[in-house]
Amino acid sequence: MNIDVKGPKIMFEIPVLGGINVSETIVNMWIVMAVIALVCFFLGRNLKVHDPGKRQLVAEKAVTMITDMVTGVMGERNAHWAPYIGTLLLLSAFSSLSSLTGLRPPTADLNTTLAWALVTFFMIQGTKIRYHGVGGWLKGFAEPVVVMTPMNLISELATPISMSFRHFGNIAAGLVITSLIYGSLAALSSVVLGWIPNGFIASIPIFQVGLPALLSIYFDLFTSCLQAYIFCMLTMVFVSNAQE
Amino acid sequence: MEMTRAIVLAAEAIGAGLAMIAGIGPGIGQGFAAGKAAEAVGRQPEAKGDVTTTMLLGCAVAESTGIYALVIALLLLFMHPFLGAL
Repeated sequence: MNIDVKGPKIMFEIPVLGGINVSETIVNMWIVMAVIALVCFFLGRNLKVHDPGKRQLVAEKAVTMITDMVTGVMGERNAHWAPYIGTLLLLSAFSSLSSLTGLRPPTADLNTTLAWALVTFFMIQGTKIRYHGVGGWLKGFAEPVVVMTPMNLISELATPISMSFRHFGNIAAGLVITSLIYGSLAALSSVVLGWIPNGFIASIPIFQVGLPALLSIYFDLFTSCLQAYIFCMLTMVFVSNAQE
Repeated sequence: MEMTRAIVLAAEAIGAGLAMIAGIGPGIGQGFAAGKAAEAVGRQPEAKGDVTTTMLLGCAVAESTGIYALVIALLLLFMHPFLGAL
């Protein structure tokens, strides 16, 4: 039984500054970005005010859903966050769902999710500074009493770490568990079919057909969409809390 | 040297297994959340959408401790952080 669970492969190397490694994550992210750009281009073409086509209705529905979600959580005054949240949601969902096509999902790499979580972290701090001023921002760390300052600092720093690890952990766990089960199904079929003297029939991994697809419904479809939703939800909640 | 390596690998495997005991916590927590959500839907079926969304969000946040344990276990299993210290 040979199970291969490895980090992202290095696809090629850019020969500047002593060689920058371009990993599978980045290449797959480019593919995902191209797919999203194509979908957006396809949906956003030929917009009409009167007599909209089916494509336009789908696009309008998607935009309305995201705007409603943002205004529902963050309030009407924060409707300008909708483009960013929508981008995050699409990128996260599409990159996790790319595992359905056999690509290694870019979100199964801590670098991707940590980058998004750091964006959220700086957005939170920026919003705090914008709404309370630098003095109010610094004073916020000493709330409710000065003794609590280290605790507040730790809880601020824990936000990006917990967000990135949650998203990465869920997707990477799906990847690892699916590979483990895939490998063990191959072992199971070689045990069951092993007594057949014909070497060709015994080498068919019969149990690998179909069963992993059932797991994929949970680990790929459900987890991907849920984690994308939760990442956006937490970003919205943290940013709108930072305004108060 | 071979023996030391074997001991470190075995200890990493045991450590990864022990780390996953943390899965008990989120399991119980998410079970509570799902039970309460089922109660809430039973009492107010018209609020099903809101209840489900809130429950999923709460479950995902409660899951973080389990995910931390998983990350530690994955580190131990695939990165072998202690083999470098030999």
